[in-house]
Amino acid sequence: MAIALEHFLILSAILFSIGLYGVLAKRNAVAILMSIELMLNAVNIALVAFWRYVAPTLLTGQVFVIFIMVVAAAEVAVGLAIIIAIYRSRETVDAEQIDLMKW
Amino acid sequence: MPPEVALAIFLLPFLSFVVIAFVIRPFLNNRPQLSGYVTIASIGISLLLSLWVLVEVIKSPGHELSMPDYQWLAIGDTAIHIGVTLDALAAVMLIVVTSVSLLVQVYSQGYMRGDPGYPRYFAFMSLFTCSMLGLVLADNLLFLYLFWEGVGLCSYLLIGFWFHKPEAARAATKAFVVTRLGDFGFLAAILFLYAKTGTFDIAELYVLAPALLSATALTWAAIGVFSGAVGKSAQFPLHTWLPDAMEGPTPVSALIHAATMVAAGVYLVARMFPVFASSTEAITTVAIIGGFTAIFAASMGLVMNDIKRVLAYSTISQLGYMMLGLGAVGVAVAGGVLEPEHGLMLGVAVGIFHLFNHAFFKALLFLGAGSVNHATGTFDMREMGGLRKAMPWTYLTFLIASLSIAGIWPLSGFWSKEGILAHAWESTPILFYLAMITVFMTAFYMFRVVFLTFGGEYRGQSEGSHGLHESPLVMIAPMVLLAILSVVSGWLPISELLGGESHSFFGALASPLAWASLILAGLGILLAYAIYSKKWLSAESLRQRFAPLYTLFSRKYWLDELYESVFVVRILIDGLFAAFHWFDDRVVDGVVNGVAGGTVAAGRGIRRAQTGQLQAYGLAIFIGILVIVACLFIFD
Repeated sequence: MAIALEHFLILSAILFSIGLYGVLAKRNAVAILMSIELMLNAVNIALVAFWRYVAPTLLTGQVFVIFIMVVAAAEVAVGLAIIIAIYRSRETVDAEQIDLMKW
Repeated sequence: MPPEVALAIFLLPFLSFVVIAFVIRPFLNNRPQLSGYVTIASIGISLLLSLWVLVEVIKSPGHELSMPDYQWLAIGDTAIHIGVTLDALAAVMLIVVTSVSLLVQVYSQGYMRGDPGYPRYFAFMSLFTCSMLGLVLADNLLFLYLFWEGVGLCSYLLIGFWFHKPEAARAATKAFVVTRLGDFGFLAAILFLYAKTGTFDIAELYVLAPALLSATALTWAAIGVFSGAVGKSAQFPLHTWLPDAMEGPTPVSALIHAATMVAAGVYLVARMFPVFASSTEAITTVAIIGGFTAIFAASMGLVMNDIKRVLAYSTISQLGYMMLGLGAVGVAVAGGVLEPEHGLMLGVAVGIFHLFNHAFFKALLFLGAGSVNHATGTFDMREMGGLRKAMPWTYLTFLIASLSIAGIWPLSGFWSKEGILAHAWESTPILFYLAMITVFMTAFYMFRVVFLTFGGEYRGQSEGSHGLHESPLVMIAPMVLLAILSVVSGWLPISELLGGESHSFFGALASPLAWASLILAGLGILLAYAIYSKKWLSAESLRQRFAPLYTLFSRKYWLDELYESVFVVRILIDGLFAAFHWFDDRVVDGVVNGVAGGTVAAGRGIRRAQTGQLQAYGLAIFIGILVIVACLFIFD
């Protein structure tokens, strides 16, 4: 059985769902950040698969992936910096206790 | 005669107002007497022009001059014209207004001397005269109403001339508000007539109003117009403002009571007489209100101690006579007893002839009261007495005016009062008897004033009788002129000019009616003589004998209290205004506050959703996307 587009998309969907679950359910802010990375990479897989199976002559899919990687790297840097800043002021990285924006 | 003459008659006093208000008062305030001269000059020229108009009217066939009509403005298909009526009625009124006004202005030179508001006084007086002249000349109801309100405004300004006195400010407001009640009906009637007939023109309304309106509608329109006249002419039940209007300077009272303001109501009924006479109910209302007001006001005049208040009630009473005269003839016309061609002119002649005579003797009475006040510093007759020695001219002229108003032959009051009584006898007998009693009362209260003021010994405490002095020539001269007019104005063929009956000088004494009224008037004078001059009867014991009546009269039938506490306080303030306040407070503010309160409450509830939990927001976004995607699948 040859590996087809569907398999890549199913893999991507599974990874995306795991990431989404992590974002919504994990308490640790660092874990949430990691889950976001997971979601971004799921999208990357889908984009590369689409490039390969739908439009191999265009570089659009690959360029998108490179962009997402760059943005994700920047996002991680900013996100970790924010988490460290929060940790310094509140002594915690528990997302449920970071609720200063509450009514 | 060029048509500009008619316009000049009322534009000259207006010009005088403008000159005083915008030139003399701001720039020449150190020479205030200029404003008096300007006023007298402008009104004097108006009088000469009015005389010219009168001569032209007499010479013209049908006693009416046609004047050009100008289109004032056009709104869509509606064109509003302005024009001037110059018939016998307008010409007579012009003479009354300009002559009385001129004499009052001359008198004011002396009376108002040294008053800090001297230029303001003459500016208002000019405007007052201008408004009244415009009212008389207007040939359509819209402009008549414009000047009608102008007269109301000027009377407000002049009654409240000494506005720093609270009573004066109150009286001015009262006059304005009470007449406003009547004006409301008048304005409604004008608009109603316009809606039904499509014209404001009075001459067209004579024909169109009876032709196009149903009998009921015509009655209500006429009563609406009459309500304006009731307010302006101080007829029952809107008479309460006139006695209070005494707070103004006395020459103002003379002008208000004689030529301007109160005469406007009678003039309006006379001007609209063909419309009134088309409706039996409306003209009967005029007659009844007039007849009742005549005796009602006279009864209050019997007991007043303030000389100007007695005169005020006598004015109301005499205006009632005029309305009765118009109404009595109108009832005969509406009932088919009199031919309309003759009857309509006759009614106007009967009413306006009395207005003409009344203007002179009433102006004189007020100027006399002002002269007395000038000497004694009071209007309270209990503080006067014995003034005939110190003030012979005032006494003589006042006596002539009193005889005239009492209706003594051959003074002017006799002739016009006879006309009214004769027509009341023919068409409305009940009102005739009331009017006859009023003749007696009028003679009594006028001579009560004469004996209390000029007879006996001086009773004032403020200064000794040696301090009493006759008024200066500038005040006496107009009074003497008015006294001459009070004697002879009845001999002038005014009634014939207006289309009424002529009188023969001695022939009038042949009728039993004349003797009946003369005897009643004589009895009234005799009674006043007996009580207040010879003291055969004690005023005090009479007062106690008729205590309930005396209280009723002197408290003015409690009408002021009734209006104040029942209409104003109970119905308006406690009822209507409280309801408005409730509506404003609860409904208008309630809606606004409710919207605000609802928003705040909603926000208080919904903000619970803002938990500050990042993941809760994430979950909401996730569910939202799911819903959107689901919708896309379902509704695609």
